[in-house]
Amino acid sequence: MANELTIKDLHISVQGNPIIKGLNLSVQQGEIHALMGPNGSGKSTLAKGLMGHPLYEVDSGEVIFDGVDVLELEPNERAKLGLFLAFQYPTAIPGVSLANFLRLAVSAVRGKEANGSEKDGLIPMREFRRELREKMQQLGVDDSFARRYLNDGFSGGELKRAEILQLAMLEPKIAILDETDSGLDIDAVRIVGESVSQLIGPDLGVLIITHYPRLLDYIRPQFVHILLDGRVVESGGWELTQVLEAEGYDPIREKHGIDE
Amino acid sequence: METSEKNAMEELGISKDYQYGFHDDIKPTFKSRKGLDESVINQMCDIKGEPDWMRQYRLEAYKIFRQKPMTRWGGDLSQLDFDDIYYYVKASDRSERSWDDVPDDIKKTFDRLGIPEAERKFLAGVGAQYDSEVVYHNIVEELDKIGVVFLDTDTAIKEYPDLVKKYFGTIIPSADNQFAALNSAVWSGGSFVYVPPGVKVEYPLQAYFRINSENMGQFERTLIIADEGSQVHYVEGCTAPTFSSESLHSAVVEIVCMKGSRVRYTTIQNWANNVYNLVTKRAFAYEDAQMEWVDGNLGSKLTMKYPSVYMMEPGARGDILSIAFASKGQHQDAGAKVYHCAPHTTSQITSKSISKDGGRSSYRGWVDVAKGAKGCKSHVVCDALILDKHSRSDTYPVIEIGENDTNIEHEARVSKIGEEQLFYLMSRGLSEEEASTMIVNGFIEPLVKELPMEYAVEMNRLIQLQMEGSVG
Ligand SMILES: Nc1ncnc2c1ncn2[C@@H]1O[C@H](COP(=O)(O)OP(=O)(O)O)[C@@H](O)[C@H]1O
Ligand SMILES: [Mg+2]
Repeated sequence: MANELTIKDLHISVQGNPIIKGLNLSVQQGEIHALMGPNGSGKSTLAKGLMGHPLYEVDSGEVIFDGVDVLELEPNERAKLGLFLAFQYPTAIPGVSLANFLRLAVSAVRGKEANGSEKDGLIPMREFRRELREKMQQLGVDDSFARRYLNDGFSGGELKRAEILQLAMLEPKIAILDETDSGLDIDAVRIVGESVSQLIGPDLGVLIITHYPRLLDYIRPQFVHILLDGRVVESGGWELTQVLEAEGYDPIREKHGIDE
Repeated sequence: METSEKNAMEELGISKDYQYGFHDDIKPTFKSRKGLDESVINQMCDIKGEPDWMRQYRLEAYKIFRQKPMTRWGGDLSQLDFDDIYYYVKASDRSERSWDDVPDDIKKTFDRLGIPEAERKFLAGVGAQYDSEVVYHNIVEELDKIGVVFLDTDTAIKEYPDLVKKYFGTIIPSADNQFAALNSAVWSGGSFVYVPPGVKVEYPLQAYFRINSENMGQFERTLIIADEGSQVHYVEGCTAPTFSSESLHSAVVEIVCMKGSRVRYTTIQNWANNVYNLVTKRAFAYEDAQMEWVDGNLGSKLTMKYPSVYMMEPGARGDILSIAFASKGQHQDAGAKVYHCAPHTTSQITSKSISKDGGRSSYRGWVDVAKGAKGCKSHVVCDALILDKHSRSDTYPVIEIGENDTNIEHEARVSKIGEEQLFYLMSRGLSEEEASTMIVNGFIEPLVKELPMEYAVEMNRLIQLQMEGSVG
């Protein structure tokens, strides 16, 4: 049965400033949603809050997934539950190779039982290598990526592709992509867009966060939401992106009486 | 221990190492009384059957030791009581220890480190010497063919008296410092290595294999001579905790890198928490020679260690890569010294330290450029990682430049484990402890990747062990 991530009346503040103010949203496995909003509207705040960043404080509201109260969980437990966040600005971890990190992450998310008889609880090296190589080929990622230090000295495009590679390896149920298209040239957006669309299927629900709909040319969302003033103020289908493209956010602000 | 193994060992006359811990269970064949005076030294020379020049050398050094005031810089040595130490213990030829006598927590540590069975027994001072002895003999046979000498220093004095006498104490004279004087007076064990001109030793020489009754002693004395154009990598220590009932360990390591030679000396030490580890390490690098120190320090109560390179002739190069992990009750006072005594010499110092649970790490560095040594380059990088607010890190760099035409860079950074880094890793499924361990392992990666494979693996596991229970 498809699981649903349900967000009810969520309030998140950062250093005492309320940013998300009563947000409602549901994303099911197999569905593709787009969340659009101008710069500074709180998109990343929502994404990090959903993943459990300690700096982003949930003041009230509910987040339920698979019948579990997500807000009670540590970030790593959320990952194990099947949530994934592709970061807008991925952090560099110098000295740690992407492959070493991913082996630990994949093993943690899949759980000890799934990793067979290995006494260290890690997925067997050979199996992991094969899978990693397969996914890297599928996504057109260079072999050398595996040995490079995680996000250290990566170009903008490499950062985003490394995020997508992790998404592919961790096989989450719900993935939040925070501006995975930002800062990329047109070719890079195409590569990332095509990579993500390869991963889409009945088991993956996606929330694409963006303030510019370029990525959506490659991954057609079924649902589009507009975030303004910390809330989802409009929800609809593809046509909403067209309206935004033509008129921008101002008419919507006006309609809902929101100051810039 | 298996009876057959024991008999085999007895037949071979293979002896035990007293200082791998569990001292109480062993019967030393000779133990000097506590404290030090000339009679203890004379007695030691008699038992060892040493030549007269060495006896004189020791007695001279003893005088210097007595004249030197107590070292007042570096770490706190006020609790060190020179009269409460055994300066010479000759291990017994056999012992009644067995694997069953090894305390559980130590077995568990070995387990966690994933140390192979044979090595474990060796580390615990039971069994495996036999295997190691065989390995050592094979290595020595191989080395013999290419003219390389690899012996414990006591034996070297007897077998290569002229060679030893020519260099012993020339790099680090007894008068150099208080602990060099002490070591010169009471040293035992350590390695002697000679590599003939043009010979490149292809595998690391590991002290680990050089099993001998006085291996890895309290006052080791190591001398390595790399003749012109030769190459050698020497590795000492092990990552498993080294259990010792003796609280003072003071080694001296002297290295001569002749023209065009290349020497790398790798140390990983993880002493028990009661140990003062006060080491003097120095290399002279002549024309176009390259000396590299790779030095990892964990454990101990206080470590004071500043490997140094004197670049004596043009084209010489000195690289020092060190890492210190200071945990609860520990002070790692480590660093590096480079002396550019000739023009066009180059040095690189990379120092990384981690402080945790109230541990303290200090970097003490010295860069010296002699007058007239034009065109020298030196690059120093000090990175400190502090894991909690109880812990401490200091940097004491000294730069003495007698020459304008030089290029010296010094960078120092102190960092904490970033919240963003932790969150990133945790959001991918890692627990907080796994995430911090991964960040720390990444921090020391520049050192670890220089280690021989098996040491690198153990080093990472050791960090994991050190990090356990540190968060949450
Ligand atoms: N770590 C932070 N520290 C301080 N303020 C923050 C932090 N993260 C977000 N904010 C504030 O929250 C608001 C929303 O930011 P953000 O969620 O990054 O917007 P978006 O992702 O939509 O561009 C902004 O006013 C921003 O300054
Ligand atoms: Mg953002």
